[in-house]
Amino acid sequence: MTWPYKDLIAIADLSADEIGTILDMAASFKEISRRDIKKVPTLRGKTVVLLFYEPSTRTRLSFELAAKRLSADTTALSASGSSFTKGETIMDAAYNVMAMAPDCIIIRYPYAGIPKKMAQLLPCSVINAGDGYHEHPTQALLDMYTMKERFGRLEGLKVAIVGDIMHSRVARSNVYGLKKMGAQVVLVAPKTLLPPGVETWGVEVSTELDPVIPGSDVIMMLRVQKERLHQQFFSGEREYSFFYGLNKARVDKMKDDAVIMHPGPMNRGVEINYDAADSARSIILDQVENGVAIRMTLLYLSLGGSVNVD
Amino acid sequence: MWIKGGMIFDPENNLQETGDVHIQDGLIAGVYPGGSSPQNGDIIDASGLWVLPGLIDMHVHLRDPGFEYKEDLASGSRAAAAGGVTTLACMANTDPVNDNPSVTNYIIEKAKQVSVVRILPVGAVTKGLKGKELAEMGLMKASGIVAVSDDGQPIEDASILRRALEYAATYKLPLISHCQDRNLSASGVMNEGALSSQLGLPGISAASEDVMVSRDIIVSKCTGIPIHITHISTKGSVQLIKQAKEQGVKVTCDVTPHHLLLTEEAVRTYDTNAKMYPPLRGEEDRLALIEALRDSIIDCIATDHAPHARDEKDLDFDLAPFGMIGLQTLLPAIMKVHLDYGIEFIRLLACVTGYPSRILGIEGGSLSVGSRADITLFDPRPTWTFTQEDVVSKSKNSPFIGQEFVGRVVRTIVKGKTVFSGT
Repeated sequence: MTWPYKDLIAIADLSADEIGTILDMAASFKEISRRDIKKVPTLRGKTVVLLFYEPSTRTRLSFELAAKRLSADTTALSASGSSFTKGETIMDAAYNVMAMAPDCIIIRYPYAGIPKKMAQLLPCSVINAGDGYHEHPTQALLDMYTMKERFGRLEGLKVAIVGDIMHSRVARSNVYGLKKMGAQVVLVAPKTLLPPGVETWGVEVSTELDPVIPGSDVIMMLRVQKERLHQQFFSGEREYSFFYGLNKARVDKMKDDAVIMHPGPMNRGVEINYDAADSARSIILDQVENGVAIRMTLLYLSLGGSVNVD
Repeated sequence: MWIKGGMIFDPENNLQETGDVHIQDGLIAGVYPGGSSPQNGDIIDASGLWVLPGLIDMHVHLRDPGFEYKEDLASGSRAAAAGGVTTLACMANTDPVNDNPSVTNYIIEKAKQVSVVRILPVGAVTKGLKGKELAEMGLMKASGIVAVSDDGQPIEDASILRRALEYAATYKLPLISHCQDRNLSASGVMNEGALSSQLGLPGISAASEDVMVSRDIIVSKCTGIPIHITHISTKGSVQLIKQAKEQGVKVTCDVTPHHLLLTEEAVRTYDTNAKMYPPLRGEEDRLALIEALRDSIIDCIATDHAPHARDEKDLDFDLAPFGMIGLQTLLPAIMKVHLDYGIEFIRLLACVTGYPSRILGIEGGSLSVGSRADITLFDPRPTWTFTQEDVVSKSKNSPFIGQEFVGRVVRTIVKGKTVFSGT
């Protein structure tokens, strides 16, 4: 059976079965990165173009390594080194890239909706590496994979996502995915950083972190951007850290087997400090490792791979 | 010229009857409900058609001078004629801004040469639409403006609004207010709510409109001077205006056809043609606007015709400009409101004829004997789909493209001359 989609734009578009398939398949791709020779010929002759219109280290490197380990040829373009700065529209850029016949475009973009538009208008595969506040599907998949790897299941897990939910595509994609997989989600943020209409999301919402900690299996901290401070979404890093930061006192109240996650990059001393980030509970680097496996899986599937990889 | 056998609708004279209309020397020479005795001269057979006073659209952006690649006085006037609009008021946010008599004169003089409908300029309230210094309203009035508005740029300072109202009233100019608290709407691009969060687009809260509507009402009340609030979009605005009217505040308002017929759902596909200010709202707001129209809380329907070139609209949703064209879909949209919600057509017609003419203090808007022979003939029967090819404007930005409508303008007459004739 081949994978039915050429693109991956949003977790909202996937069924629970499809998410399950991706997570199951990722294990065998993870193994490749642990080999001495980390390369398989699966995508030999395929061209993957990375268009990154927003700064990224982890996601871009992760996609690039994923493609290279599958033997695809890759090339990456970032906003600063492209015609974007000369005023070229994103769709013109996309058509120009398309004229050079790539098999897949991986796009990160500061505004919502563009990956979807590209997917509709371009014949190649399009993978969304994050668009505005909309979605970041591969991040949610690698997060779910990492949770499942640790706990052996997603169903029934209680996952707290803490921080700037309003401006977070990671939170949105995780909410959609975790709900589909039967996990319980609690969103924790000051009211200023909760998205309008969050009450329709079918998740718990709390403005207090402390009561949420003892019952959670996973505590996922989101990066809080300094820009939001200037826009008066909160009063300062000191107060934010006091009420929403993950510190030793809070880590000590976590369940015995509960874990700490963070999509990165971390603001140490703001939403998370050393006692949390570097503790045995932290599976933040597992997330990064698994990111490569998830992205290998999606490149493989989107470029026509068969679902039963074994 | 005689228009024979059509169903005559004239809200100002409370007339809805089959009959004949006689036009002579560009004026209405006679209206004969039930028909008339033998006539001579040209005869237009209007049997099966509706005979309406030419429509008045009090909120149009013609983009001339300065943005002629989007629209100009000639193309905009042809679009108006094709939509049965015989009079339009064009907003001041041109380049240069219409904030002084030389720009007003340019519009008036050019319109005389190229326009097929009556174009009435609206002057700026403040110089450069900056909300700081009052524009030369008196001199612009002498050159031909019919109202003042900083449309597109809300007047932030309440004391400037107060002075502007008083100063405009000095020259008998109505003030048209665009209500938007820019601090609240911030970088928003669509209605704020569950859908904006889902789509990942920054929202514009209803409060950003309601706050300014309530301020405008209070300023109008304190001065005793009427204010006209344009393109209301929220249930909150409806309630505030209803309450103000009940208290005797001289506030009037208009609504656009798109806020009556579309909701934020049109944004779900990131269609930039559905990006406008105020944003398309939720279903509850839309239905509140329909009911407010039924209850005469809303006085006028105006298009906020806002042409933008395809290159500009073909951008990311966050970056594309606000606005859609509307002149050609005005009457079909009104017909749709009539058919879908059972509001009497003649009541809706008043919103684009008698009411705007009274608010602007201009002649026209009725079929009274002796008035301008501005007449629209509308065929209420055909079902048709609005397509790109139908668009007469230079710009084609409309979320109504692909929409099915009932009824079509078949002839538009301005001062006795046919300026548009369709099939």
